Amino acid sequence: MAITLKVNGKEQSYAGDPDMPLLWYLRDEAGLPGTKFGCGKALCGACTVHLDGTAVRSCQTPMSAAAGFSVTTIEGLSDHGDHPVQRAWQEVGVPQCGYCQPGQIMSAVALLASTPKPTDADIDSAMSGNICRCGTYDRIRKAIKRAAGVAA
Amino acid sequence: MNAAAKMSDLVKVGPVLSRRMMLGAGSGLVLALSLPARAADAPPKYGRDAQEQGWRDDPRIFVALAPDGTVTITCHRAEMGQGIRSSLAMVIADELGADWARVRLTQADGDEERYGNQNTDGSRSMRHWLLPMRRCGAAMRMMLEQAAAAQLGVPAAELSSGGHKVSHAKSGRSVDYGALATAAAKLAVPPRDLVKLKDDSALGMVGQEGIRSLDFAAMTTGTAQYGIDATMPGMVFAAVARPPVLGSKVVSFDASAAKAVAGVIDVIELPAPVTPPMFQPLGGVAVIARNSWAAMKARDALKIEWSASPHDSYDSVTYRARSLELARQPGEVHRSRGDTTGVLAKSAKRISAEYSAPHIAHATMEPPAAVVKCDGTSCEAIACVQAPGGTRDMLGAMLKLDKSKVTVHQTLLGGGFGRKSKPDFVAEAALLSRSLNGTPVKIVWSREDDIRHGYYHTTSVQRLEANLDSGVPTAWLHRIVSPSIVSIFADGITREQGWELEMGPINTPFAIPNLQVETGEAIAHARIGWFRSVYNIPHAFAIQSFAAELAHAAGQDQKDYLLRLIGPDRVIDPRTLGDTNGSEDPDLYPIDTKRLKGVVEAAAAGIGWGRKKKGWGYGIACHRSFLAYTAVAFAVSVDKGKLTVHRADIAIDCGAQVNLDRIRAQMEGAVMMGLSLALTGEISFKKGAVEQGSFDDYPVLRIDGAPRELAVHLVGQNLKAPPSGVGEPGLPPVAPALCNAIFAATGKRIRDLPIRDQLSKA
Ligand code: FES
Ligand code: FES
Repeated sequence: MAITLKVNGKEQSYAGDPDMPLLWYLRDEAGLPGTKFGCGKALCGACTVHLDGTAVRSCQTPMSAAAGFSVTTIEGLSDHGDHPVQRAWQEVGVPQCGYCQPGQIMSAVALLASTPKPTDADIDSAMSGNICRCGTYDRIRKAIKRAAGVAA
Repeated sequence: MNAAAKMSDLVKVGPVLSRRMMLGAGSGLVLALSLPARAADAPPKYGRDAQEQGWRDDPRIFVALAPDGTVTITCHRAEMGQGIRSSLAMVIADELGADWARVRLTQADGDEERYGNQNTDGSRSMRHWLLPMRRCGAAMRMMLEQAAAAQLGVPAAELSSGGHKVSHAKSGRSVDYGALATAAAKLAVPPRDLVKLKDDSALGMVGQEGIRSLDFAAMTTGTAQYGIDATMPGMVFAAVARPPVLGSKVVSFDASAAKAVAGVIDVIELPAPVTPPMFQPLGGVAVIARNSWAAMKARDALKIEWSASPHDSYDSVTYRARSLELARQPGEVHRSRGDTTGVLAKSAKRISAEYSAPHIAHATMEPPAAVVKCDGTSCEAIACVQAPGGTRDMLGAMLKLDKSKVTVHQTLLGGGFGRKSKPDFVAEAALLSRSLNGTPVKIVWSREDDIRHGYYHTTSVQRLEANLDSGVPTAWLHRIVSPSIVSIFADGITREQGWELEMGPINTPFAIPNLQVETGEAIAHARIGWFRSVYNIPHAFAIQSFAAELAHAAGQDQKDYLLRLIGPDRVIDPRTLGDTNGSEDPDLYPIDTKRLKGVVEAAAAGIGWGRKKKGWGYGIACHRSFLAYTAVAFAVSVDKGKLTVHRADIAIDCGAQVNLDRIRAQMEGAVMMGLSLALTGEISFKKGAVEQGSFDDYPVLRIDGAPRELAVHLVGQNLKAPPSGVGEPGLPPVAPALCNAIFAATGKRIRDLPIRDQLSKA
């Protein structure tokens, strides 16, 4: 039986291996490579997407579990790359290689949805599942505060 | 296994590769190994002139101006997070007088005949390309002015340019660059000696604040293209089971379970490499499937019997113990001035200490990844490589194809750190595509592949000894037991080599008359490869930790003592130290102790050196590498074994500072990566195989471990000064500065990295 789900607002249907992680469906089948692979084990956060608004690691979400959900990826976060978090990321100059940043941004958006004025501790705990090997952590903190409109 | 049979004719990837690929290994290797002796009367070549294929400064190669005024700048260096795409474009655009909002970037294919050297490592891009890129922009500006002069019917001398237009002040007229595009394209490029650069004071972006990188938009919207995102029509996906131990080969394998996985197309044995490893694929068995998931799943279902290997007994614990024994015995003298052992023997007060550091893995967030199409008569690759030109050469040699038949398209790199200088993963995909008669093959290494089959940063055990009879040492003995990177290029290399010893041991400018640097035997049992900052990392750790230990033994302030060790202001010719200066001109880039002291003072001022806070400890360290001077200071506390990094200050003097924001970003990143390596970075081997596999057992720094405050200090801005390096020099002082701060806070001296749980042990 085909699995149906919504991806960035569009209805999709999938008939392959139901164990395939959502990550590989998005990247290899749906043509949405913005969601990144970093470990495949829920250790790095590079693959973070939203399932009905909740941040999940798509590498650990089998297609069977994504059935019926509405998935938002970095490509679907805003129409013109101008979500307040994306804008803050650009203004602060967060990315270095940029590879981890889609995952970082999706985690940050979920944090601000649940905690609009996060403290330092809130930020560290919400973002500690997202690794940045380039070491952009200081600017990630600043950009989240900028997007939230709290003092850095 | 017809595919395997087809591969049996695969040739040894032999010496034809070695010279070209060794050039990638840090510029010193060129001198150490591969260049023929130059004629006695020929002047030495330095810097950009000494690089394979040199440099170009022709604007027609790098800049395209469209009739709508869009300026498209081609970047021929690999972008791996250092921001070089925007930085080089900024240099051109500034000289050109272009509007940054109308500048676009495109990435060059690997083609060094056209672009000059493209091998992006050694922190060389800005150092070697600032001047050629300025000339590009300036030449193009002059062509536009010449075209405008004809169009407006006025002498070119009356024209000025800027803001994306050429203006004639007298008549108040101006022409947009776009309207000059067609006419300017027909003009000759002015000869180099007539190209007039802008006065530095007229530059509006170079060295200025607030210039935003052009790649940020793509990187924050998921549209940036990395190697892992590359596609080709009809491509299939590969996952490879590689030998767990270097040198082990496939004896037999059973692919029945793998082939039962839905989506699997084929199973192909890869040829085993020969020694030395160079950039050859490691061999093993590949699964070809319709998507990444099926390939990875089926790969795990392969049953493979592996042969014994000469490296089967490699064990990090016993290797370190053996290295320590060797470090306690006289080694092979590499460099000696004065009479170090004689002076030490006569000294009443001698201090010694032993330091060790493990292998580390790059763990770029984007693992090695490529798509390659090769039908045996031509080869086309899309890959995240640091050296697209070298990758092209390698593919040509391996596949026995003329270079003209090999194309390498360069993507963004999701981190490089030296790992992606080694294109073994591109070679894997090429061999597999060839065995599939030209079906494009995409390869994406899993994290476990990356951690277990990498090119590892060297291990080291170092012993330092100095005398302290007069408060500061007069003799300094540094003994190093550490495998060499050259071991991947040549058999029989069994100790650290000269160019590696130029990263600190022989050229740290301490005013000590007697110095001896010795090496002990260190045979490589894994592929040793350069990691961002290379041997500077362990060397600076030992040297700067030991300097602090001497300060403590002498009862002096750590920073003041460090400045005393560096001694009076002086400019040292690297040649007098036996230092080839990374093949840079020693007259342009001498060792300047004043600049080294300058960064120490800047980092110290930033951290508030001398301040006392209960439970806090302050530490500092400095290092010169890649011609740049850096210092790092930390304020830390340790509570019940738990480290808190309250603040870090990093200062760099890199000569001309071009892209201020990206220099700061590199320094910030260096602090984070340095902390990561010092705290938890360790790859260990048991029975010849790597023990770690992913971010659970090879942890890296996360945001909750980042310093609470972090400041970067850019010291000595001078656009007239030759630029040095930025990407790497931030890293070496981090670990020793941290350990010096931990000592100040707790009295515990960390001599063995990583720190891990040493702080919770009494
Ligand atoms: S790829 Fe999903 S957490 Fe790393
Ligand atoms: S920006 Fe490179 S991994 Fe985060």
